[in-house]
Amino acid sequence: MKYLDEFRDEAAARALSQEIRNVTTRAWILMEICGGQTHTIVKSGIDELLPSSITLVHGPGCPVCVTPLEKIDRAIALASRPDVILTSFGDMLRVPGSSTDLLSVKAGGGDVRMVYSPLDAVKIARNNPSRQVVFFGVGFETTAPANAMAIWQAHQLKLDNFSLLCSHVLVPPAIDALLASRTNRVQGFLAAGHVCTVMGYEEYIPLAAKYRVPIVVTGFEPVDILQGILMTVKQLETGRFEVENQYSRSVRREGNIHARNLIDRIFEPGDQKWRGIGLIPKSGYAIRSEFSTFNAEKRFPIDVAEVQESPLCIAGEVLQGLKKPHECSAFGTQCTPESPIGAPMVSSEGACAAYFLYGRMNRAPT
Amino acid sequence: MNDTPDFSSGLSCPIPLDQYPHILLAHGGGGKLTQRLIAQMFLPQFSNPMLEPLHDGAIVTINGKRFAFSTDSFVVSPIFFPGGNIGELAVFGTVNDLAMCGAKPEFLSVGLIIEEGLPMDELWQITQSMRKAAERANVKLVTGDTKVVDRGKGDKLFINTSGVGTIPEEISISPRNARIGDSIIVSGPIGLHGIAIMSVREGLEFESPVLSDTAPLNHLVAKILAQTRGIHVLRDPTRGGIASALNEIAAASDVGIVLREDALPVTDEVQGACEILGLDPLYVANEGKFLSIVDPSDTTKVLEILRGNELGRGACVIGNVVEDHRRSVVMKTRIGGNRVVEMLSGEQLPRIC
Repeated sequence: MKYLDEFRDEAAARALSQEIRNVTTRAWILMEICGGQTHTIVKSGIDELLPSSITLVHGPGCPVCVTPLEKIDRAIALASRPDVILTSFGDMLRVPGSSTDLLSVKAGGGDVRMVYSPLDAVKIARNNPSRQVVFFGVGFETTAPANAMAIWQAHQLKLDNFSLLCSHVLVPPAIDALLASRTNRVQGFLAAGHVCTVMGYEEYIPLAAKYRVPIVVTGFEPVDILQGILMTVKQLETGRFEVENQYSRSVRREGNIHARNLIDRIFEPGDQKWRGIGLIPKSGYAIRSEFSTFNAEKRFPIDVAEVQESPLCIAGEVLQGLKKPHECSAFGTQCTPESPIGAPMVSSEGACAAYFLYGRMNRAPT
Repeated sequence: MNDTPDFSSGLSCPIPLDQYPHILLAHGGGGKLTQRLIAQMFLPQFSNPMLEPLHDGAIVTINGKRFAFSTDSFVVSPIFFPGGNIGELAVFGTVNDLAMCGAKPEFLSVGLIIEEGLPMDELWQITQSMRKAAERANVKLVTGDTKVVDRGKGDKLFINTSGVGTIPEEISISPRNARIGDSIIVSGPIGLHGIAIMSVREGLEFESPVLSDTAPLNHLVAKILAQTRGIHVLRDPTRGGIASALNEIAAASDVGIVLREDALPVTDEVQGACEILGLDPLYVANEGKFLSIVDPSDTTKVLEILRGNELGRGACVIGNVVEDHRRSVVMKTRIGGNRVVEMLSGEQLPRIC
């Protein structure tokens, strides 16, 4: 991992921070899309290195956070069935549904297992032919290839006991929705490097042109983020609105063609509900009908009631960059990682968790 | 019917008032939920001056003589892992807990809970390594117990060890003793035990495999305590890692703690595995490392003794005790920012020890 050291180097960070100061002549509001970037920013204290005229607001790029409550309740209902082994990533198991979370279902006797990859879930399905294995797959474009591969493998293996409970979201329609909103205050974006590693960045070119905003594809290490900020501010200061690629060591314009082909084979764009934000047209992936046998929602038709979010939680505003986590009255009091009210307090990509875990020093609850 | 005891007040369970009607794995993770369970369920009922410091072991006095008394249960999975097995871990774990009280470990008890079907050969290997571990730590296993549970009702083997040690008269080690200005020393690279276990579970392979650091720390601690007077706190950062241990010390001593990210000893293999698994080395378990909180006048001396011993070769100062931000730990990041280092929240690695 030594190659990462150069992207965590103090001298490089200081030099970039100075250059950002030099080029900034007025106030700008930038949004980093990805929750992974939010965590780097708060964890390494990048906001302390920026001039006060630059405001970073945190975007909706936390897949766990935007997964609709009904979907989590559906996963909880499935996990409670004795014939089902429910698998998912660690974060997803702790997110509160309307009445409980998956870890509590596990403690109550449900077979809930944490995996690092959906392919591990396929393996579990092969090893447990008499049980139904469901992988609760959430995520942006980044995790779509692995989920698509899981379905593809299950299809090849003719497994009749594997299915995917799918809640996939897409970045470009979300940026479009944010920019089209009357309440928008974001002037430039750091796009998520990992998403673009898969998808490339061609989709962002019409968005930058339509809304006249700079979009810089950015990596995840402190030096990447400072460089992404510098590139965005330079564009803003000179009146440009282009798509630039800071993360060129990983991202190509066209992305990863093999991964994109696999996604297209299994999924098609569909309307998607975002927790805290609402329905955004064509902003998610749905499993194509020819693979519907692997669609957990088709295999297990369950009625899940639509439920109300806690009125205390301002996750929607946080995810749209309208408010910061510590501006929430429940932050750090009624809502903590041990007893979360909203998903952003749970996820390792959630903005509220980042503020709570790493950044509470100068951010007392307001 | 008048004899029916009234359970309505004093005997009601305090925990379900929280939102956890069942025990979660995280209640045993050594982080916040463990702390809450102890504070709400156990402490109020059993509270006494020996229990209250919530140190690695209790310090008890019998006929004017002070002893350290400690217990620990081991449920690690798998029972054999790179660099060790559950048997030696169980011996060293209790030996180290006693050493962290400033005691000389003397006697251990061993309780074995064995699952029906455990290969006899595996049990033999484990007991052999317990014998060797006891010899190395210079403690005697003086009493024991064996229980067998039905297949499927345990997971191969669980071990409980308890231990007693004597505390030399002049020694006063307590998590409450950290003072403003003290140095914080860690005895070597962090996170090895946790990553050794995770690498087996997740099938990670390294150029050189990560081995658990499981080792007895009592001889090294005794040497330091014999040659210096400035040790205020000792703590072996097992579950929850150094982050959780330092948070507990900051709270117990009512001080602030500052860490320097660039000073943390983390090997490339551990760093790499943490990147892949999404872990933070600050929270990963150690089984052969300890933190010393030391008077600044003794820092050099303590470092010198540590580095002269194979178990302390990589020792270094990682931070200081400060007056600011009392009861919390803050880290100066490598790029010059600050972050809070919280107590472990949730369960990072279940059944690590």
